[in-house]
Amino acid sequence: MSERIRKAPPGPLEYLRRWQLQVWLALVAIFLYGPLLSLMVFSFNDSRRNIVWKGFTLDYYKMALTDESLMTAFGNSLTIAAVSTVISVTLGAMAALALWRFRFPGKVVLDGALALPIVVPEICMGVAMLVFFAKVLPWPQGLPWPLNLGAIIISHISFSFPFVAIVVRARMASFNRELEEAAKDLGATEWMTIRDVIVPHMTPALVAGALLAFTLSLDDFVITFFTSGPDTVTFPVKVYSMVRFSVTPEVNAASTLLILLTVILTAVALRLQGDPAETAGHTAAPTKP
Amino acid sequence: MEQSWKQAKAVFAGALGPPLFWLIFFFLVPLAIVWAYSFGQNAGLTDISFTGTFSNYAKAIEPLYLKIFFKSAWVAALTTFLCLVVGFPVALAITFAPDKLKAWLLLIMLPFWTNLLVRTYALMAVLRTEGYINISLGWLWKGMGGIAPLIGLQPLGDFTPLELLHNNFAVILGLVYVHLPFMVLPLYSALDRLDRSLLEASLDLGAGHLRTLTQVVLPLAFAGIMSGVLITFIPALGAYLTPDLLGGPDSQMIANVIERQFKRANNWPFGAAMSFLLMYLTFIAIALQALASRRNQKLQP
Repeated sequence: MSERIRKAPPGPLEYLRRWQLQVWLALVAIFLYGPLLSLMVFSFNDSRRNIVWKGFTLDYYKMALTDESLMTAFGNSLTIAAVSTVISVTLGAMAALALWRFRFPGKVVLDGALALPIVVPEICMGVAMLVFFAKVLPWPQGLPWPLNLGAIIISHISFSFPFVAIVVRARMASFNRELEEAAKDLGATEWMTIRDVIVPHMTPALVAGALLAFTLSLDDFVITFFTSGPDTVTFPVKVYSMVRFSVTPEVNAASTLLILLTVILTAVALRLQGDPAETAGHTAAPTKP
Repeated sequence: MEQSWKQAKAVFAGALGPPLFWLIFFFLVPLAIVWAYSFGQNAGLTDISFTGTFSNYAKAIEPLYLKIFFKSAWVAALTTFLCLVVGFPVALAITFAPDKLKAWLLLIMLPFWTNLLVRTYALMAVLRTEGYINISLGWLWKGMGGIAPLIGLQPLGDFTPLELLHNNFAVILGLVYVHLPFMVLPLYSALDRLDRSLLEASLDLGAGHLRTLTQVVLPLAFAGIMSGVLITFIPALGAYLTPDLLGGPDSQMIANVIERQFKRANNWPFGAAMSFLLMYLTFIAIALQALASRRNQKLQP
């Protein structure tokens, strides 16, 4: 690779050193980053109309952070994401373990069924959850927090644990089955083998899966929109109701906070994964839009 | 070698039981109920009777709704095509970048990790009548208006802001904005797996870059390109938020119609039929993709 970096005219495959492609890349970067950066910059703008730069202020952060309904929604979102991540990782790891270790009748069918929550359009899953919680399992109204978030948490787990299962299963492909047999030969019980041999091997995938599940849950709007009630508003649902009417600096400030949170989470994920290409590749699976 | 489930029934049941239960009870059962509703009728205000009627499906293929289906498919296809055109050079540049730069270039796709709603909102702020584009254009217009009399032209009239938001243009732009990373990442992983010596051979033997691209890269990376197309097309087809926030009254897509049946029109059986039609369309797209990549695999030894 290193001999490619030299001052000679670009080699045949050094597409990145051609100016046409450099311009193209720059334009795409502006297209993707421009709107987000301007949103972040103008969250510090000292003007209600929020178009022309009037000066630096933190007022809108103060307003966003003291806005009770916005902060409740933010807290709800984080709680839902945390609880659904824990359960999704557990369920996903169990499913991956069963699929990796056993052959059983109906395995192909189960594989397909497990991929369904990933490919089914979000809106279909949203209405399914709406109908389910309206007719089959009516979630009691007025439960104390955080029990009132149960319906949303359940639906978030349903769409995120298959993602965890995929990530963990990919990791298990590199596991040497002889290690498991060796552990058992040396007298370890099933449970000890899982705890001391298999789970340590899974760990990087568990972390990646957890971050994926957390981001998916934090990001979800459509499915939550169909399962949330008046007292269980999440951050995206709250922002949606604010955005429908106007573009205000408070929303900019709140969005900036959320962007920062995701960037930090991503940075942690990249750090833990080592290879960012790989991390990015994991999410190339059809993610909820 | 995988173990037979009979050899360790307890472990098998313990590991598979909970996820299987969850999948059936909290995913498949809700879908099955919607499926059953799609053959039902509203009976009274809140009750739905399962009458086994096909009238909901008949209503869904009336011209009014059929048009929305076709329009959604067309919008999703156009979005996918634009993502492919915009994303392919990006994926190509990343693939052949030095390893150190690669990681940084993949960060181009970082906005993909931020909340969909936040991204759509950011785009609204850029496009609206008092948005950044119109303000900049208006400012340029004013500047030109100042210069025009100096060079002997008629003074320009008042600036009329462009209507960039709440139309089909905004919906397509928004869908491309949101789905571009979905396209670039699979394209990148497909191109990265290519055998570079084949490309070099093609260039050495006198084919130009364009010819190498169309006759060597495209056939070899076909499966990866198709999976990128599928991964972009499916969410674009079922998009709800983008047409809802960026679109106008005539840019509704299937998902918006479904939402309205469930949340406002209160015609659940019809909404259920529509959502299952959308689901069937999705499955057809997946099947077509599988078929295309299998045929392509057969062509190449």
